[in-house]
Amino acid sequence: MTPKQQRMLSVGMLLVGLIVVSALSIGALRENTGFYLELDEVAAGEFPTDRRFRVGGLVAEGSLNREPGSLELQFTLTDTANTLLVSYTGVLPDLFRDGQGIIAHGRMGPDGIFVADEVLAKHDENYMPPEVADSLEKQGYQAAE
Amino acid sequence: MWKWFHKLASPPHFYRLAGLWAPWLMGAALILIAYSLYAGLVLAPPDYQQGDAFRIIYVHVPSAYLSLMAYTMMAVASAIGLVWRMKLAHAVAASAAPIGASFTFLALFTGSVWGHPMWGTWWEWSDPRMMTELILLFLYLGYMALRAAFEDRKRADRAGAVLAIVGVVNVVLVHYSVEWWSSLHQGQTVMNEDATMPASMLTPLLTMILAFTLFFGAVMFMRLRGEILLRETNARWVRRMVTGEAAHG
Repeated sequence: MTPKQQRMLSVGMLLVGLIVVSALSIGALRENTGFYLELDEVAAGEFPTDRRFRVGGLVAEGSLNREPGSLELQFTLTDTANTLLVSYTGVLPDLFRDGQGIIAHGRMGPDGIFVADEVLAKHDENYMPPEVADSLEKQGYQAAE
Repeated sequence: MWKWFHKLASPPHFYRLAGLWAPWLMGAALILIAYSLYAGLVLAPPDYQQGDAFRIIYVHVPSAYLSLMAYTMMAVASAIGLVWRMKLAHAVAASAAPIGASFTFLALFTGSVWGHPMWGTWWEWSDPRMMTELILLFLYLGYMALRAAFEDRKRADRAGAVLAIVGVVNVVLVHYSVEWWSSLHQGQTVMNEDATMPASMLTPLLTMILAFTLFFGAVMFMRLRGEILLRETNARWVRRMVTGEAAHG
């Protein structure tokens, strides 16, 4: 083997080793979905009571209730089959609106109301002018989500 | 073809070529950035959900793209330098790192500024897209620190090259992070058939990506000229050039 071929081989083996190591770690990370729960899991009572967790769902239509004169508010998360009442004190993200996908981070209260200390909004990879979104909605497409 | 390649790889020839190309690339980049800014900030319509705030995309996406492109270039140049012992290839890798690091920082910064009003958070430690992009920044910084730790340039080249090649895995992770794990970051819009973006929004984004690439090329050529001079300080062509230019000045 010429020295150049040897160097090529060592660079090649380095790459193969890397691919194996990263494939294994990706697999491990995928299993570790962490503290994120779906609404049906929460509805079935499968949530930790001793620590914070995340729950995701859509904001139910017209469910947002603000306490006048303060930053306290309540809204309902839904996945169309299950609902969860969430209370939060603070500024909501701009993308918060009816039907929007939301992730709330906090603890379950004893009264069954989820007390969030963080509310995150997600958006999708579609961008369009408002007029297009309006006309799509008129034609029966749901623009958000 | 090989002859042309060898000539291109000769430091004095490349030094001259890079000097010729850099101002043209920079000029084209600045004109295209001006156009794309106007088209993106004025001509393009606001987004139906995010309003005018979505326009930060015209800096965020090109920066993020360059952060990955520069790293890939660094890794490929490093591999070429390791295998073929090509001087210019290591110079390319060394020159690309600070530019790539700058654009990585810009991508992280604009992402954070965008994420705060829209998602409701500046930063999420558990998010795969944000973490992998932050690791990319550390890889760039680590590469530069590692190089700086060696007195001998040849050993710096070799050690840096191994790190650059190892780190290329992270480029793949950044790209697929939004598909493989659940991320707050949405999926890809550009080059994705299932995503919608009208031409009035997409065209300025594409021209801005091209403009950033040209800008990267121009800065790259300027940095490479400096890097070549550093490496060839004692070469006859450099001394001749310096004394020759000094005689005219």
